[in-house]
Amino acid sequence: MTDKESPQVEGTTREPDSLEQHFPGILTPDEREGFDGYLVAPDKLTEFATRLRDEFGYDYLSSVTGVDYLPDEVMEVVYHAYRIEGGPALVFKTQVPRADPVVPSLVGVWPGADFQEREAWDLLGIRFTGHPNLRRILMWEGFEGHPLRKDWHEAYFEEDAKPFANRWPEGDVYRIEDKIPFGKNVQYPSEFTPEGWIPEGDEGLYAGLGQISNDGDGSSLKTDQLVVNLGPQHPSTHGVFRMVVTLDGETVTDLKPVMGYLHRNHEKIGERNTYIMNMPYTDRLDYLSSMSNNFGYALAVEKLMDIQPPERAEYIRVIMAELTRIVSHLWAIGFLLNDLGAFFTPALYAINERELILDVFEAVSGSRMMCNYFRFGGLARDLPPGTLQTIRELIFERLPRRVDELDIYLTENEIVRSRCIGVGVLSPEKAVAFSAAGPVLRASGIPYDVRRAEPYGIYDRFDFEVAVRYGGDVYDRYLVRLQEIRESIRIVQQAVDDIPEGEIQTGKPIFQVRVPAGEAYGRVENPKGELGFYVVSNGKPNPWRYHIRAPSFINLTALAEMCKGHKVADVVAILGSIDIILGEVDR
Amino acid sequence: MSEELSNNDNPVPEGLQGQIAITSLDKIYNWSRRSSIWPMMFGLACCAIEMIATAASRYDLARFGMEVLRASPRQADLMIVSGTVTKKMIPIIVRLYNQMPEPKYVLAMGACASGGGPFKEGYNVVSGVDKFVPVDVYIPGCPPTPQALLHGLIKMQEKIDGQSVLEVPWYRSEPIDEIPQPLLGPDLIDPRDIPDFAEKLKAQEERLAAERE
Repeated sequence: MTDKESPQVEGTTREPDSLEQHFPGILTPDEREGFDGYLVAPDKLTEFATRLRDEFGYDYLSSVTGVDYLPDEVMEVVYHAYRIEGGPALVFKTQVPRADPVVPSLVGVWPGADFQEREAWDLLGIRFTGHPNLRRILMWEGFEGHPLRKDWHEAYFEEDAKPFANRWPEGDVYRIEDKIPFGKNVQYPSEFTPEGWIPEGDEGLYAGLGQISNDGDGSSLKTDQLVVNLGPQHPSTHGVFRMVVTLDGETVTDLKPVMGYLHRNHEKIGERNTYIMNMPYTDRLDYLSSMSNNFGYALAVEKLMDIQPPERAEYIRVIMAELTRIVSHLWAIGFLLNDLGAFFTPALYAINERELILDVFEAVSGSRMMCNYFRFGGLARDLPPGTLQTIRELIFERLPRRVDELDIYLTENEIVRSRCIGVGVLSPEKAVAFSAAGPVLRASGIPYDVRRAEPYGIYDRFDFEVAVRYGGDVYDRYLVRLQEIRESIRIVQQAVDDIPEGEIQTGKPIFQVRVPAGEAYGRVENPKGELGFYVVSNGKPNPWRYHIRAPSFINLTALAEMCKGHKVADVVAILGSIDIILGEVDR
Repeated sequence: MSEELSNNDNPVPEGLQGQIAITSLDKIYNWSRRSSIWPMMFGLACCAIEMIATAASRYDLARFGMEVLRASPRQADLMIVSGTVTKKMIPIIVRLYNQMPEPKYVLAMGACASGGGPFKEGYNVVSGVDKFVPVDVYIPGCPPTPQALLHGLIKMQEKIDGQSVLEVPWYRSEPIDEIPQPLLGPDLIDPRDIPDFAEKLKAQEERLAAERE
């Protein structure tokens, strides 16, 4: 909020207290040990969701995911909904039999559920009736099985949980590929024959594209519909992302994002790992902001374990997370200019400053990009001597000047203005409906920032403003990022002034943490938007469910909406302004 | 330059020194090629960020004549496989490799491209790009630092220096076969596996049956 405090909704995730009275017979509190929220009967789900949105103001659906409770033969779908004014989540779940999991789709209520429901179908095999396009999203159409089901085993399957017995020093060490007849990471159903196999083409994908209604009635030129693929190998897509666009002349009439080319099975591996093993994997989600990914995961597990990091660690966490935000936004601004055609020169300015911050990361964690620095209840190690001074020089002297420099060069630049203003407009209503997050949401006039809406860590102690702009176009997203860099600098300035001496870890650092049974959802304001970790523990050393609400992934839901009516060249700029990271989109 | 190229077996007459160099075809050929490698602008994952950082001002790839990153495989000499290779992506990587003109080189950057890395066990991950495409240089690291990437590229130059026009495959009269493109079926299908596919499938069934017991 820029000028007024956000109206806080009090209480826990069970709020409002009277909710059960409003939905007699529909809603039951989730009574399992360590669990929270409500259970809703699947046949009443749509009615419940609609009323929750319209009467109770839960207009923002943050996360949808499934959990496979194999021992109970139950498949559960978990929803996290928020009020866009701020406050804690309302968690509700619906349970269906595992053998035939069918749940009504909530795309009609919250369009932001679109990709997340497709993901749940793809990975868990939950069918969402009424979903407009229930196709696989991360794997390809035709892939055998739903990999996140607990009884689905990949080709390299060894054991259900790490550490694997054969890795111990006295173990019988082997390479799993030596035991597999195919010798590589593949497996096939027993009756499969590859001779004459024709892979499923893209017909199903193209069939879903909107048709041009222009039949040449004289009012305009008769044109053909043209389908163009951008990517997966394309310099504009920031990685291995693919967009299928339908063109009328040069104007985009429809767009379908295709993803999964970097789907590296984060969640399946994460459910096999012990808790601490997942920390380095979170680095590789949004690989430009590994420190704040660590933050989100640490928060989720700390909620489950009910521990707090010491003061000094809290301050270091904030400093690192905000430096990460500066790194990520600098990169985003540099490469937005790349996408506008200013090849690499503006990016060089941004990368130059980024390198200096990476030096700080390397000093504290030993790695430039994959920091793996946070631990449950603290940090891996304290700041090395002199680091605070380096940060001070950067944050008080150098960076403010460099950000001003970027501002001077870019903000009033004629080409930047004419290419960005009015391009890719996302209205505030649409932004909320599509569950957009981060700078995309705030550039559309919604001052929603998790650091303010539901403060975590020690963010309530700092004086900063939530950057917000009201145009909803590419230019405003750029300006929001620029202002957020400045706000982050302000936060780090306050943090380095106030940071106390002391411990950096609560208790002894332990590798095998004891996590009580239950569920937790830790969310942080990542540079790309709200990053959430939904972790379910059953008391064992490995998480039962480990789900990531990836902001880049969900922000793409609104991409087609933003691109329609613009030219192909604008699609590139619009994608650049969303600032996706494929590691996070595909996970 | 002329000192670097000159062959001491054929000394240049005094008076012409510094103006001409007598050298072998291999030497001048390799020298010119290794000094102007054009990598493909092709990022897969986290390593791509370090690749971009290497091309930026601090590490400056241009010092090695490699700053011309080409977005089209038709214009590229070197494919830097910078990241995790997934089953969904490998058909495209093989196609890109086939589209590159010879001579072409492949550099596996980082743990994932070299052998699957931290994601090796994943159901959608190919354990190393060398399962499909021949790799010239492997760089360890997750991700490799820009210095490590530069070291790998210098190793690549050394490898080019050691090549001979008579021996490299792309000057022989017989054509070089393309790498067959993998197919996406119930799982990734390598066309080279098809001859003894039924046999292996039977072995897989037996293994799974034994595991269930």
